[in-house]
Amino acid sequence: MSDRIKEKLSILADAAKYDVSCSSSGSNRKNKDKGLGNASNGICHAYTEDGRCVSLLKILLTNFCIYDCAYCVSRKSNDVKRAAFTVQEVVDLTINFYRRNYIEGLFLSSGIFTNPDYTMERLVQVAKKLRLEHNFNGYIHLKTIPGASEELMKEAGKWADRLSINVEMPTEKSLALLAPDKKREDMIKPMLYLKQEILANKEEKKIFKKTPSFAPAGQSTQMVIGATPETDLEILYMANGFYKTMNMRRVYYSGYVPISNDNRLPAIGTPVPMIRENRLYQADWLMRFYGFKVNEIVDKENPLLDIDIDPKLGWALRNMNLFPMDINTIDYQLLMRVPGIGIQSANKITAARKFSRITWEHLKKIGISINRAKYFIHTDSEFEKKDLQPLQIKQIILQEGNSKYKPNFSPQLKMF
Amino acid sequence: MNIVIYDGSFEGLMTAIFEIYEYKIAQPNIVNSNKETGSLFGNVHEVQTNKEKTARVFKKLKDKLTPNAFSNLYKTFLSEIKDIENILYRYIAYILSSKVSVENDYSNADVLELQQITKKVHREKHRMEAFVRFQLTQDQLYFCIIQPDFNVLPLISKHFKNRYADQRWLIYDSSRKYGLYYDLETVEEVSMNFENDVNNKAELKSICDEKEELYQKLWCIYFGSINIAARKNMKLHIQHMPKRYWRYLTEKNNVN
Repeated sequence: MSDRIKEKLSILADAAKYDVSCSSSGSNRKNKDKGLGNASNGICHAYTEDGRCVSLLKILLTNFCIYDCAYCVSRKSNDVKRAAFTVQEVVDLTINFYRRNYIEGLFLSSGIFTNPDYTMERLVQVAKKLRLEHNFNGYIHLKTIPGASEELMKEAGKWADRLSINVEMPTEKSLALLAPDKKREDMIKPMLYLKQEILANKEEKKIFKKTPSFAPAGQSTQMVIGATPETDLEILYMANGFYKTMNMRRVYYSGYVPISNDNRLPAIGTPVPMIRENRLYQADWLMRFYGFKVNEIVDKENPLLDIDIDPKLGWALRNMNLFPMDINTIDYQLLMRVPGIGIQSANKITAARKFSRITWEHLKKIGISINRAKYFIHTDSEFEKKDLQPLQIKQIILQEGNSKYKPNFSPQLKMF
Repeated sequence: MNIVIYDGSFEGLMTAIFEIYEYKIAQPNIVNSNKETGSLFGNVHEVQTNKEKTARVFKKLKDKLTPNAFSNLYKTFLSEIKDIENILYRYIAYILSSKVSVENDYSNADVLELQQITKKVHREKHRMEAFVRFQLTQDQLYFCIIQPDFNVLPLISKHFKNRYADQRWLIYDSSRKYGLYYDLETVEEVSMNFENDVNNKAELKSICDEKEELYQKLWCIYFGSINIAARKNMKLHIQHMPKRYWRYLTEKNNVN
């Protein structure tokens, strides 16, 4: 018995690991009637050797699947071991992991067996059982199965903190190529439905405080990048659209890990596009927290993000006419845009300059990255870097900096 | 230099600060009586911890500080880092000397340093909320041993009480020899000397619930299975989970 559950867990965790979402924040579920757990800010309880955070028990209910999506390890035609948990097994694992403080909650997804509704119904059962039978108030993220009925989605939102439907591919064309069984429309329609339900629930809660929550941590989505030829421009415009029109909490970018010999896809052994993925997340952060518009990050002339420098530095170098700026007077919104200054440093600088003139010494202590910022700001002392061209600045920063990706920048192939 | 000795408690420090003003002690150097060794040069003033004096310092500070900055005083004190008493004293002296609110004056060295210590203590608090790994005993107590860099037990109490309201638990700090025990009603500080080696498997097995070993094993399987080998990045792994914590983490030392 215990050997079987060990095997199932290893198969169904392994199959779930390409779903990158691990967030467990954004909900505000309190511990009710002295039950088990709560969900608020999200805690990363462990980190795997690939450096990714482990916050949730992230598993598939089953990796049996009727679909044959080329990029997916659980595709019908793939020769892998198959397994399926019972509803009770998932509930027991969640509760016992949670009580030991291993996890913040459950992220349950599934291969599609029989049909979408049948699958979705099982996912909902797990969440319902956790909430009602175990008074479990920890975090629950359910994957919404494309094609599942609206009644089931509504039921799911009643018990889950977050729901997500993966858009899978950045464009419809790529989806048609790699996942012929799936239609973009089957993903967009439920997203719109969830958006409306979430908004309606928020309105209702304003009037009746006791209204039960509907997916209080909102919805998110994910797309695979690097499996198909889309540019960063296409990817970021798509993400921007999701943030603007779908009220998505997060868009995740999953660098394609080659798992198949299918000739529609990069061959096994092709490196995972990790730098590109990192640059996309940086761009995503600029849109969500730094007030950047998507067209300031990528445009028709620059459809690809620079691999060797981050997108904020890239933007600054393209806009040298704005710099240098006076650190003692620069507007907060622009201060955040200075390379080498993050949100926290920007907050400290604006607080500190109410008391005294800011000097380089202050900036050093506050902890900004002087090596970057010095080309873009000046203090009361003279600004000395005025004659440098953007390309020269880039070269100096690259030479001084010790990027973890440096070995990858060299265009020459290492033979040994 | 005038030496001011206090008993190592937060109230003791507040009394010391009160008396520095009361007796107009110039250039004070505050030292913890539990830590200081060797001879002390200069005049020595010994402080008896006093509730009333503490309360008066608190009252004055509450007028001058936002609730957040006020609670940071205690948080930074728990860092137990060298000279924290004197940094706190200088900070408080600066706050009291100014007519306007200066708690965000990061151009002042002490204000900035306290902010940075607050951040470190907060990070350690957060780590303990993450890295506690409960083990279930036969009498259904969830227990865990930790060894945090700072004295953060007082700061994590509320989190565990709110979250694990329906199970008895004990979190023990083996460096500072005390723990928190929750009995389904309240959390209490308990002092004890827990000599047992946390990693003595045979001994643990004798006190643990029959299912405990299975769930530890399942957790380790899970931890191994969700790793993507093609993305291996040990530097990042260790940055997030520094090695000094590994001996208390089930998934990092249950390798077999």
